[in-house]
Amino acid sequence: MKFKQASWANDAHLEPLVFELSRANRTGYTLPQKTPSGANIPENLVRKKLELPELSEPEIVRHYTRLSQMNYGVDSGFYPLGSCTMKYNPKICEELAALETASRIHPYQDEGTIQGALELMYKLERHLAEIAGVARVCLHPSAGAHGEFLGMLLARAYHKSKGKERKEVIVPDSAHGTNFASAAMAGFDVVVVPSNSKGRVDIGALRKAVSKKTAALMLTNPNTLGLFEDEILKIAEAVHKVGGLLYYDGANLNGILGKTRPGDMGFDIVHFNLHKTFSTPHGGGGPGAGPIGVSRKLEKFLPVPVIEYNRKRRRYYLDYRRPHSIGKVKAFYGNFGVLVKAYAYILLMGASGLQEATEAAVLNSNYIMHKLRGVSGYELKFDASGPCKHEIVFSAEPLKRETGVTARDVAKRLLDYGMHAPTYYFPPIVPEALMIEPTETEPKEELDRFVETLKAIADEARSDPEKLRSAPTQTAVGRLDEVKASREPILSWRMYRKLAKQ
Amino acid sequence: MGHPYIPNTHEIREQMLDEMGVASIDELFADIPEKIRLKRELKLPKQMSELEVKRHVRAMLAKNEPFTKMLSFLGGGVWPHHIPSHVQSLVQRSEFLTSYTPYQAEVSQGMLQALFEYQSVVCELTGMDVANASMYDWATAIGEAALMCARVTGRKKVLVPELISPERFAVLQNYAAGPGLELVKLGYDWSTGQLDMSQLRAGLGQDVACVYVENPSYFGFLETQIEEIANATHNAGALLVVGVNPISLGLLKAPGDYGADIVVGEGQPLGNPASFGGPTLGIFACRDDQKLVRQIPGRLIGMTTTLDGKMRGFTMVLQTREQHIRRERATSNICSNEALCAVAAAIYAVSLGPRGLRELAEICAANASYAMKKLDAIDGLEAPIFTSPHFNEFTLRCTHPKFTVENLNTKLLKQGIQGGKPISKEFPEFGETAILCTTELHTKENIDRLVDAVAEAMGARR
Amino acid sequence: MKKLGLIVNPIAGMGGKVGLKGTDGSDVVVKARELGAKPVAPARTVKALRVIKRLGLDFELLTYQAEMGADEAWEAGLVARVIGNVVSGKTTAEDTKRAAVEMLDEKVDLILVAGGDGTMADVVEAVDTRVPILGVPTGVKMHSAVFANTPEAAGEIVARFLRDGLPLREAEVMDVDEEAYRENRLAAKLKGFARVPYEPTMIQATKEGSSGLELADQKAIARWVLELMEKGRIYVLGPGTTTRAVAEELGIYNSTLLGVDLIENYKLVAKDVSEKQILKSIEGKSAAIIVSPIGRQGFILGRGNQQISPDVVRRVGKENVFVIATPQKLASTPTLKVDAGDAKLDDEFRGYIKVITGYRQSRMVKVV
Repeated sequence: MKFKQASWANDAHLEPLVFELSRANRTGYTLPQKTPSGANIPENLVRKKLELPELSEPEIVRHYTRLSQMNYGVDSGFYPLGSCTMKYNPKICEELAALETASRIHPYQDEGTIQGALELMYKLERHLAEIAGVARVCLHPSAGAHGEFLGMLLARAYHKSKGKERKEVIVPDSAHGTNFASAAMAGFDVVVVPSNSKGRVDIGALRKAVSKKTAALMLTNPNTLGLFEDEILKIAEAVHKVGGLLYYDGANLNGILGKTRPGDMGFDIVHFNLHKTFSTPHGGGGPGAGPIGVSRKLEKFLPVPVIEYNRKRRRYYLDYRRPHSIGKVKAFYGNFGVLVKAYAYILLMGASGLQEATEAAVLNSNYIMHKLRGVSGYELKFDASGPCKHEIVFSAEPLKRETGVTARDVAKRLLDYGMHAPTYYFPPIVPEALMIEPTETEPKEELDRFVETLKAIADEARSDPEKLRSAPTQTAVGRLDEVKASREPILSWRMYRKLAKQ
Repeated sequence: MGHPYIPNTHEIREQMLDEMGVASIDELFADIPEKIRLKRELKLPKQMSELEVKRHVRAMLAKNEPFTKMLSFLGGGVWPHHIPSHVQSLVQRSEFLTSYTPYQAEVSQGMLQALFEYQSVVCELTGMDVANASMYDWATAIGEAALMCARVTGRKKVLVPELISPERFAVLQNYAAGPGLELVKLGYDWSTGQLDMSQLRAGLGQDVACVYVENPSYFGFLETQIEEIANATHNAGALLVVGVNPISLGLLKAPGDYGADIVVGEGQPLGNPASFGGPTLGIFACRDDQKLVRQIPGRLIGMTTTLDGKMRGFTMVLQTREQHIRRERATSNICSNEALCAVAAAIYAVSLGPRGLRELAEICAANASYAMKKLDAIDGLEAPIFTSPHFNEFTLRCTHPKFTVENLNTKLLKQGIQGGKPISKEFPEFGETAILCTTELHTKENIDRLVDAVAEAMGARR
Repeated sequence: MKKLGLIVNPIAGMGGKVGLKGTDGSDVVVKARELGAKPVAPARTVKALRVIKRLGLDFELLTYQAEMGADEAWEAGLVARVIGNVVSGKTTAEDTKRAAVEMLDEKVDLILVAGGDGTMADVVEAVDTRVPILGVPTGVKMHSAVFANTPEAAGEIVARFLRDGLPLREAEVMDVDEEAYRENRLAAKLKGFARVPYEPTMIQATKEGSSGLELADQKAIARWVLELMEKGRIYVLGPGTTTRAVAEELGIYNSTLLGVDLIENYKLVAKDVSEKQILKSIEGKSAAIIVSPIGRQGFILGRGNQQISPDVVRRVGKENVFVIATPQKLASTPTLKVDAGDAKLDDEFRGYIKVITGYRQSRMVKVV
């Protein structure tokens, strides 16, 4: 299979910037007539000029269509980004979120006119609570990191209510970067615990790390190496013993749906990524949603409003009477447009479908593990004795030692074969890491092709390493100078013009 | 029968297990301790076909009444506008929709350039030089701005107007809690609503990191003293953060032109539907000052070239900044943002262009002006409650002792009209008051209909 | 074009195989040769150079004559410019120092040094931190933190440094008291600091709060230590650049880099103190100790800071000992060591301790 990405380009650049395509007096829109009276804004508050591009509608459509052709999504091909769960996004979900009854409702509307929205959110909360084994779910956070921040605020409120100020949050060294940042943002000190030789949390280190200062331990299970933390009950015990809380990072939930539940493992706060496990599209970086589930004891701290159901009046309503609530982390009630898609997805899969999805995802990942470990140049740094879950981390260090090419070079070369690169250099505890998550929506043929390609790339590294170092060559543009981008940042058309003048 | 989203059939899965020398799928889950294995099926609805899901969800959502089927005057942080059809069709293109954060720049130039264009559009609108590729919403953008100002100045106090949106303030409180920033509310002039300058000057000590002002305010009026506020703030060594509705910037002076250091706002009205309050789009921009740019949160897309220097391209500019941020207290943790909403915003803005946005803003403001005039003429009503110029939102106070805003709204609803948002609970000092919003969606006839309905509801004279 | 300097100490490591501890002093070298010892450094150097050649870069190699580098370059198939002459078979520490200075004058980007602690100390004595260095592990004495793990690893780091640029971290240069060493008494001295390139992908940069740049991380650590400092408490500050960052954060710019200093009420009250002076100063006071891991093996006590003796630690209290280390340091020494000279005390430190690695950040690190 050959691949060549569209490339709208001349000698100096790709498709021009929309600002560069502008021509005076063109317009891409028409407006209704003005009303009789004027705007009545004092002249000194009115702007003198606004320098935005002027294009007609066909030009705008062509411009962004061309840009989309120089992009790559799950619909384009294999996208094995570890811990991102790039699974297929059902199109029916898009259709439903675009319905007028979903998209043209205002959060301040009279509650009688938004019963459908409240019902959908209420039911979604209940489904997520069942999936995770928690008591209550809040759908407010707009993204995973946002949810993490909420989780940390809840932990803080909980301990404060017990009259204690607990300053520390423990995070494993393999954790996702936002874990550290979210804890710090909520005002906690972060204590990092190392992983053991089997790639799991080192219980000895953890036991030394926990104390009366421990507010929470943040953990993902399966962890970022794709390995199940089989000692989770001991971990939970160590933390609960000192009165700390257990926080679950839901990035890897796709590895355990229907098999076990974070709530049952002892987690008090459970986070979800709807744009991962629940298949809402990633949108090039958002919008997503990062709901938070909690055990009973933390329920009262949840942000307002909480959606409740009045059985007598048979009505859903927004409850603001929550004296212990931590307040708000979002102005409104959550990314509703995303919630609709996740809700539909859960119905499309049902209990049996979600479990099957996890089984197929885990099988796909183990299949890759089995086939790739036989390919020279790649090795498993950690525990290769048992199965992995929905993702697996390989190290390209052998290849680097042999040929000098790095994991990044391998990843860039993969692009030339029409496959998106896996996550690389993460988790940082594995040198030359390649973090591979196929998901359940990939056919076996694609997995085989992936392994074959990695093998071919390893061979190329030996015979002609320059091919990798100069990769990618089949994408819209070749390897970019990222160092220059950070060193001399040009971050807007304004800055670009200013620099051009100098 | 397999599932349409799971290509590997039962047979293929058996085949794979065989190849791997694994007896059954259960072996792959054997490392889950017995005690925590789920021994029953999840209590969820049964799997439904696409047709069934469609019917089910449509029926559920049918219990909503979209504001397009009513006459709604709601705003307050989410504003309905007409979205040109090509905006949504372009962002629905699956190469954009189903892509991830553009870490692999070479294969993601489309998204990167689109986001660079968004950043550029925000800069032109706000008069800033640098804008990030989005935050979650206006409220969290304010929170991040406060944290950033604290980092830059090393100070811990934030001054905000008493008339700040209560929801946005609530979110700011949670962001301020981490590093322990102190939030102080500044009073306002009773008749104009303008920030009380003497309170501002008194409050601007050497411990103030920033002053946050909303312009137009939550109550819809414009801060006419904004330049004075900027000067006083800067003289005290603090930063000025201005919160905006970007639609207003089609007509109003750019914050960059009157001294803002950071501009935050809600980008939803640019090309994104109201969608029950989410997804939203947090705008965040600042001046090109090294001290600020080094601390700006969120993703930034920068222009660069290929390694050989020949071709222009775009890439995420992360390292330099986030490194500096990382070592400070209360760093930004934002990872996924609202990228697709940002692209929609950019497409919307370039579709309208400078004249379209200006005209749009004029229509919105003119509609509000007309509505205020007509409503104010009704006995027992006052619109607006402040004697300052307004943009497209305004306050409506019911001074008639027999009516509350709530029961007026109930009566209006019976006529298919969604009245303004009551603010009596959060701001009891203003009595029975609501905030209304007009956009280009409203015609003169619509406004007349509102006025008639209100008058009728009050049995009042006009 | 990048320039690489190469200095080989041909006799480094000769003592090892025949049971001698170091080759300082020509009489030891003679003894080693009598015992049949063969030079070790040249072969190890060639290994490193071969890796560099294989990774195919464009750079200029500068070195000294014969076995001080030219021979090894030739054997590895690299073209070198010889900038200094030696008397073959009789190379000395002076040659090493001269070579380093001349390479600095030639503005090399990095000096690759094959030798042991003594050689490293010589180079640092000559050029201080004005040019980055990297050690090819060859000597018996390798307490300094400037060595790569293997000759091949040294080659890889050099190649990446020259091709892509790598950040630099500060690394302790240690040397052992020779006489004491041969009498089986360990007395390691901190000789100085060098700047050494490191691979940032092995640092949890931007994830764990590291800025990716060691200097910035040191400042972050210092800021937090400052917040934790209390008035009326006396702080025993161990040697090192990270502890120096703490002093600088307090506005103290004349603390000692290689010695132990005392800080009280945010002021420097004593410099380069001995164990006796420490004990006298902390008497009857609330005290704390702030140390940084030293050397290749990351000793928190017992190397380079022996003034902080078991007595001092006992008086202060183990729970008042704060260990600070940048992520860069921990990446090069993932486990730490303790050898204060008191077995019982050493045992108390073994297991896991909390190391401060950033602003409001710490890590559980294993101590063996």
